[in-house]
Amino acid sequence: MSDLINKTSQFFSSGIIDLFIGYKKGRLGEGKPAFFTKPDQLSELIFDENCIVNLAVYLRKPELKKYSKIGILANFGTLRALLQLAAENQITDGQYLILTVADGKVLEFANLKAIEEYVANNLPKPNPERLALLKEIESKSREERWDFWTRELSSCIRCYACRAACPLCYCEQCLVECNQPQWVGVPPTGLGNLEWHIVRAMHLAGRCISCGECEAACPMEIPLGLLTQKLNMTIISNFGQIPGTKREPDYALSTFKVDDKENFIR
Amino acid sequence: MQEFEPKIVAFVCNWCTYAGADLAGTSRIKYATNVRIVRFPCTGRIDYMLILKAFQNGADGVIVSGCHPNDCHYTSGNFHARRRWIVFNELLELLGFDKRRLFFSWVSAAEGAKWANLVNEVVTEVRKLGPYTEYEKLSKINVNSIGELCNV
Repeated sequence: MSDLINKTSQFFSSGIIDLFIGYKKGRLGEGKPAFFTKPDQLSELIFDENCIVNLAVYLRKPELKKYSKIGILANFGTLRALLQLAAENQITDGQYLILTVADGKVLEFANLKAIEEYVANNLPKPNPERLALLKEIESKSREERWDFWTRELSSCIRCYACRAACPLCYCEQCLVECNQPQWVGVPPTGLGNLEWHIVRAMHLAGRCISCGECEAACPMEIPLGLLTQKLNMTIISNFGQIPGTKREPDYALSTFKVDDKENFIR
Repeated sequence: MQEFEPKIVAFVCNWCTYAGADLAGTSRIKYATNVRIVRFPCTGRIDYMLILKAFQNGADGVIVSGCHPNDCHYTSGNFHARRRWIVFNELLELLGFDKRRLFFSWVSAAEGAKWANLVNEVVTEVRKLGPYTEYEKLSKINVNSIGELCNV
């Protein structure tokens, strides 16, 4: 950890960065997002397996515009989010100083290409427990599935924490706030909740980097990550595009192949 | 008792299916009158939100139709739409949505008879299924049931 702190404070003293986004220890031992503007604050900086928050979510906040160069301590999900944001022209190569810690060593990424290589070499397999849960839901009958989701989604209080925690939900005006026409009902009724979760899943289809932040943020513990996970699996198996692995645009729903296969169009 | 007459909404593209439906009319082919056609510039424009809105507003079935692959007036609109439908279809499948009420089809400007057949088939199938009530029930899950959840 001292290696990380030393390196970061060097970046501060040589004037390379004027803000560093990292983690400090939270009350429950979790890695809490922290913003360091002076080297003497860095004694609090930590990085361990409890640092799961995706810090890329802060990069597009207007509050950060006054800083000339920002450093960010990235976990794996954050690295993928950075690649996806670059592919969507939201950040540029070299705009941020990107650090990560791997096997106890501090890694500095020279450019997005280096991140791309690192991500390609370390891409994790999907969590078997999640896959089993998804399989269990899929093996139910249609009515059972509908009842399952109706029950789960009826507890949604529409706090939009899933949206706020997502590094890729960065639209300045979200479709749910549009009231002319109103696409999604505002009060948390069963119907409005279903529509919101369909919209969220569809807007993240082919873009979701599976960091799990949406589900971790949900105060009602709705397994909403399953929806995006299912769509990602569909896209990977049908079209072969894996979100958050390329720095160039490669969005599954804005590209097509002439021989895309389906079995439901008459 | 009077037979149930389903309300069907058809989202069609201007260049193929709308012209196909027009051909069915000028060829004096008779088909079920349950369908309400909404014309769009291209299938690429047919957002999944529109399909949801149709069901929300009381449609018992929805048809989405446009040009065959390679026939799009704008070259690639239907290819993009097809990808979106593949993904949307999977989402509806996982959610347990009643997909028997949602129909996708390719109908060209020359296929007036295919259009008439399609509408007839859809009407027969939806008539068998009966009125669509799941969505209406969903809109009644509201503040009251949240009260139950929180034991207020």
